[in-house]
Amino acid sequence: MKLASLVCVAIGLCATSHAFAQEERGRDGQVNIIYWQAPSILNPYLSGGTKDTQAASLILEPLARYNENGELTPWLAESIPTVENGGVAEDLTSITWVIKEGLLWSDGTPVTSEDAVFTAQYCMNPEGGCAQLKNFGGVSTVEAVDERTVKINFEAATPFPYGPLVGLQSPLIQKAQFQECLGPKAPECTTENFGPIGTGPFVVEEFRPNDVITLVANDNFREDGKPAFAKVNFKGGGDAAAAGRAVMETGEFDYAWNLQLAPDVIANMEKGGKGTSIAAFGTLVERIMLNQTNPDPSLSADERSVIGPHPSLSDPAVYQALSLAIDRPLLVEIGYGQAGKVTCNLVPAPEAYASTSFTCDKQDMDAANKLLDDAGWAMGADGVRVKDGVRLSYLYQSSTNAVRQDFQALIKQWWSEIGVESELRNISGSVFFGGDPGSPDTFQKFYADVEMYANEFDGTDPQSYLGQYTCDKAPRPDTQWQGENISRFCSDDFDTLYKQLERTAEASERHQISKELNDMIVSNGALIPLVHRGRVSGKSNTLGGVILSTWDSELWNAADWYRIK
Amino acid sequence: MLTYTLRRLLTSIPTLLFIALTIFLLLELAPGDPMAQVPLTVPPEVKEKMRLALGLGEPAYIRFWKWLVQFFWVEPLNFIDWLFNTSFAAEKQRVISWQTRSPVMDIVVQRMPQTLWVVGMSYIVGILIAIPIGIYSAYRQYSVFDQVGTFVTMVGFSIPPFFSGVLVIVVFSIFLGWFPSIYDTTHQVTDWDSFVVQLKQMIMPVMVLALQTTAQISRFMRASMLDNLNQDYVRTVRAKGLSETVVVLSHVLRNSLIPVVTVIALGVPAIFGGAIITEQVFKVNGIGQLLITAIQANDLPMVQTLTFIFAILIVFFNLVADLLYGILDPRIRYD
Amino acid sequence: MTDKAPSSLADTESALDHKPRSQRWDVWDQFKSHKGALFGGGFFIFITIGVLLGPWIWTIEATFIDIRSRNQGMTLAHPFGTDQLGRDMLARMIAGGRVSLAVGFAAMLLALLLGTLIGVLAGFYQRLDSILMRLTDLFLSLPLLPLLLVMVMLFRQPLSNAFGPETGIFILIVTAIGLTSWMPTARIVRGDVLALKEREFILAARSIGTSNNALIRRHIIPNVMSPIMVSATLGIANAIITESALSFLGLGFPPDFPTWGRILFDATDYMQQYPSRVLWPGLAISLTVLGVNYLGDGLRDALDPRIRGR
Repeated sequence: MKLASLVCVAIGLCATSHAFAQEERGRDGQVNIIYWQAPSILNPYLSGGTKDTQAASLILEPLARYNENGELTPWLAESIPTVENGGVAEDLTSITWVIKEGLLWSDGTPVTSEDAVFTAQYCMNPEGGCAQLKNFGGVSTVEAVDERTVKINFEAATPFPYGPLVGLQSPLIQKAQFQECLGPKAPECTTENFGPIGTGPFVVEEFRPNDVITLVANDNFREDGKPAFAKVNFKGGGDAAAAGRAVMETGEFDYAWNLQLAPDVIANMEKGGKGTSIAAFGTLVERIMLNQTNPDPSLSADERSVIGPHPSLSDPAVYQALSLAIDRPLLVEIGYGQAGKVTCNLVPAPEAYASTSFTCDKQDMDAANKLLDDAGWAMGADGVRVKDGVRLSYLYQSSTNAVRQDFQALIKQWWSEIGVESELRNISGSVFFGGDPGSPDTFQKFYADVEMYANEFDGTDPQSYLGQYTCDKAPRPDTQWQGENISRFCSDDFDTLYKQLERTAEASERHQISKELNDMIVSNGALIPLVHRGRVSGKSNTLGGVILSTWDSELWNAADWYRIK
Repeated sequence: MLTYTLRRLLTSIPTLLFIALTIFLLLELAPGDPMAQVPLTVPPEVKEKMRLALGLGEPAYIRFWKWLVQFFWVEPLNFIDWLFNTSFAAEKQRVISWQTRSPVMDIVVQRMPQTLWVVGMSYIVGILIAIPIGIYSAYRQYSVFDQVGTFVTMVGFSIPPFFSGVLVIVVFSIFLGWFPSIYDTTHQVTDWDSFVVQLKQMIMPVMVLALQTTAQISRFMRASMLDNLNQDYVRTVRAKGLSETVVVLSHVLRNSLIPVVTVIALGVPAIFGGAIITEQVFKVNGIGQLLITAIQANDLPMVQTLTFIFAILIVFFNLVADLLYGILDPRIRYD
Repeated sequence: MTDKAPSSLADTESALDHKPRSQRWDVWDQFKSHKGALFGGGFFIFITIGVLLGPWIWTIEATFIDIRSRNQGMTLAHPFGTDQLGRDMLARMIAGGRVSLAVGFAAMLLALLLGTLIGVLAGFYQRLDSILMRLTDLFLSLPLLPLLLVMVMLFRQPLSNAFGPETGIFILIVTAIGLTSWMPTARIVRGDVLALKEREFILAARSIGTSNNALIRRHIIPNVMSPIMVSATLGIANAIITESALSFLGLGFPPDFPTWGRILFDATDYMQQYPSRVLWPGLAISLTVLGVNYLGDGLRDALDPRIRGR
C-alpha cells in the first residue's frame, strides 16, 4: 500500500488509479510490450543480459527494489533493514530481512524464508555459473531464522549490505521448483528457466526464446485488483526504429524499450500521435577512455597495452586540450536530445555522489590551442602537432552504433582543428565488448590510443565502480586480458584513498571520498567524460501508470499499469 | 544414374564431416565471446565462472567430439523418442544453446513454421512470377514488356531489403494502415478471419523477399531462353510446323532450364536459412533471426548446429540439381 | 541523282576494302546497334568519370562537418542537401561512388574469375568435378559472418601495415566478398558446361584435334557467356549491398568513409523526414546496376557469334 501511495504522489493520478484499484484484476485486456532485443531466458541468474532480467522482472521479484528516484523501497520485505531499526548489525556483518505476511507464489504455495535461503544457495553454487554472483559477493552464510525471517551474514563488515536479494538482478526463486537445478544441472532445467514460478503480477503462459513471451495475470498476486491487464504480449526482435514506429506511429504496441535513436527521428515519430517518448536518468556515462600505455603496433602483442606511459597522452596539456576541444552540448543535441546531459564526471548520479568540481559545457578552441602551444607541441607542416618526434596522431575506436559513429566524426573534426589527427575505427559490439583474449579488437585489450563506449553501475552505490580504477585491475596478458581498469590508470594516492572508502560506513563521508576519487580519475586523464545518458522508451498514449526508472527494471511497476479509456 | 546417386550419397558423408570440422574450427578461431552481451557491470571473475559453466574450459577437440555425438546420436534418438514415445535419449545431454540453455533443435522446430510460411511462400511466389516473365521477355526481346520487366526487376534487385522493407512499412502500415508492421508468430490460423489476418501480416515480407527472387531467377531464365531461341534445333522444330506454344514451352524451355534449375536448387537451402534482414525488419523471428542473434551472442552450439543443418541441405539440393540435369538433358552422363 | 552511282560504287569499294574486318570491329558494330547497351555503357562511363573527376569540380570535402547547416534540403550551396552532421551529400555521393564502384567491380571480377574457372574445370574435366564441387559445397555452407570476422582478425593488421589502412581494408573487403560469392556462378557454369560438352560441335572440334585448352577458350567459354554476364550484373549489385552490410556490422571501411550502401543505410531512419537523403544513394545504386545490366546484355549479344551474324 505504501508503494501505491508513493506511485500516486509521483504521477498525480491518484484519483484515477484509486478509482480503478477497487475493480477486478485483468479488466483492461491485453498490453503489448516490444523489446528490440529479444529475451532468451527468464532466469536472471543464468543470463546477465538486460533484456532477460527485465523480462523476468514481470514474474520474479526481490525483497526490495529501487524506485524511480533511486531510493530503496521494500517490495517482498516488510521494511528496509537499517542499523537504526536494528535490521543491520552494529558491526555491519549481517542484515536481517522480514518477508511480508501471507505472500503466495503464483502456484498458491506460501513464500517462506527457505526460498530466500535457497535463492542464495542457487546463485552461490560454484558450478552454476551464476551471472549475478556479484550481488552475493562477501556473503558467508544465509540462514532462515523463522518462517518469514532471513539473516544474511557477511565475511567482513559491509557498509552497503543491500546486494543480495535486492534489485533487478537478484529476485527470489521458488525452492520447490528449482531444487533439482543446482550447480551443473542449472542449464538443463529448460522448463524451469523458461517458466519460473514467481510472486510478480504476471505468470508465463508460453515462452518462445528470442521471439515472444505470452504472460497472463497472476491470480495469487498480493494486491487486489492488480494487475489491470489480463494478458501481456511481450515481443522481441527487430531494431529500435521499428519498435518506436510500432508504438508511436502505428499504435500496434503499448510500450517500447530503449529507443536509441537520434532525437529528431524520435520527434518525428511522436508526430504520429499514437504515443510519446519518456526519459529517465541513471548513471550511464558515454566517455572517451585515454590509453595510459603505449599501444604502438611495433611493440610485441603482449607489451603494447602493458608498458607505459603513453608517448603523448600522459601529458596533461594534451588530454586537457582534447577535452576542451569538444562541444558537449552539441553532442547531446545531436546524439541524445532529452535523454542526454553534459557531464564532466565519471559518477554523474546520484546527486550526493556527483562531484561539482569541473565545468566542461563550453568548447574553447583557443584555450586548447594555447595549452598545446605552451606545452611545446608545435604545429607541423601537415597540420598535426609534433614534439620531440612524437606526433599527436591517434587511433580512435568504438563499437558499431550510429550515434557513436556520428560522435567519432564530429570529434575527429574538432581535434583536427587543434592539430590532433585521428584515424577512426568501429568494431562490431559482439567482438568489442566480448572478452575473447585471442582478438585484438576487444575494449579490454585497448590496442588503440583512445576508445569510446558507455558504462554505468548497478544500484546507487559507486564503490565497486570507482574500485575499477585501482592499479591491480588493469587487464594484462597473465589475467587473460580480464580486468576493469581499461585505461590502465594507476596512482598510489588513488589506491590509498579507495582503501579508505572500503572501510567507511558513514554516509556523508562516503559521498566526500567518492567525489574526491572521481576528481582524481578525471583530472589525471584516465578518461574524458562526454554525455550523461538517460534511457528513452516509448509508451502509447492509452497506457497509464508507467513510471520509467533506470535504477531497476523498466517494468518494475507493471502491476500498476492500466489502460486509459 | 542409380550408382551415381549412391556414390554421391556415400561421398557426401566424409564431405559433411569435413564441413562440420571446418565450421567448428572457423567458429573457434573467430573473435567473439559468449559474454559479450553481459553488461559491463558484471565483474570479470563472474564472467569467467559463467564461461566455465558453459563448458568453455574443455579443450576444443573434446567439445567437437561432444557436439558430434550429440548431433548425430542423441538428437536422432530424441527424434525417435518423440515419434514413438520411447525413452532412448533420457538423461543424455542434447545440443544446448548458450543463450537460452535449452536444446537447439527445439528452438529450430519452433521457428520452422514462420520461416516456411514467409520465406518459402516468397520463394514460390517469386519463381511463379519469374519464370513467365523470363520466358516472355526472351521471346519478345526488346519489346516494351521486356524493357519494363528488366527495369523493375533490376531496380528490385539493387535495392537492399533493409531499405525496401522499411519503405513498404512506412507506406502500407503508417500512411495507409493496411497491414501490421510486426509479425505475430503466435497467431493461429483456425478460420477464415484468422486466415485473413495471417495473409495480411505475411504480405509485406513475402513481397519484399519475392522481389529479390523474381529479379534473380527471371534474369537467368531470360538469358538462358535467349541462348536457346537462336539454336538450330528451334528452326528445325519450327520447320516441322509445330505451333509456337509447343516450340517455346516444350522444346526451348526444357533446354533453357539448366542454369535456372541450378539457381533454384541453390536457393532452396536458403529458404530454411531464412532471410536475415527481412526477418529482422518485419520481426518475423524465423531461422534467419535465430542465426544472426546466435552469431551476435557468440552462441557457438547454436551457430554450429544451424550452419551444419544448412550444409546438409546444400549438399542434398546440389545433388538434386545434378540429378535434374540428367533428366532435363539426357545427353549429360555422369559415369 | 548524279551522286547515286558513284556513291554506290564507293560503297562497294569500301566494302571490298574492309573485307578482312577484324573480329573486334564486328563486335563493336553489333554492340553499337544495341540501344540499351549504348545507353547503359554511356551512363556507366558517365558515372565513373563523375566519381573520378568529381572531387576536382565539387571541392567540398566529403568528411567536412558544417554542423550549422545540418539536415538541409536541396540548395545552391548543397545541391543534394546535407546529412545529420551537415556533411555535403553530393560530396559524399561522389566519394561513396568511388569506393562502391571499385568494390563492386573488383569483387565481381574476382567472384566471376573464380566461379568461371572452377565451373569450367569441374564441368569439363570429369576427374576434377567431384573434388571441386565438394569444395563449392563447403564454401556455400560456411557461415559468412564468422568467416569475415576471422578474415578481419587475421589479415587487417598485416594488410594495413603493407598497404596503408584504406587500401588494406579495400583489399580485405574485395577478397572477402569475392571469396564468398563465386559459388553460384561456379555451379551454373558447370551445369552449362556439362550440357555443352556433349554437343556435336564440341565433338567435331575435338575430332579435328583441337586441344583441351583451345576447346575451352574458343568453344566452351563463349557459349557460357550469357549466364556469366547475368552473374556479373547481379554480382555488382550484390557486392555493393554486401559492402554496406559489412560497414553496418563494423567489419568494413572506417566509419567516416562514405560508401553508397552505407549512406543509404544511414538514411533509412530519416526516410520520413528527409526522403531525398535515401533517394540519391538508392538511385545511384539502381541506375548503376541497370546500366551494367544493359551493358552486359549488349556485350553478350555482341560476343555471341550466332547473333552477330544477323
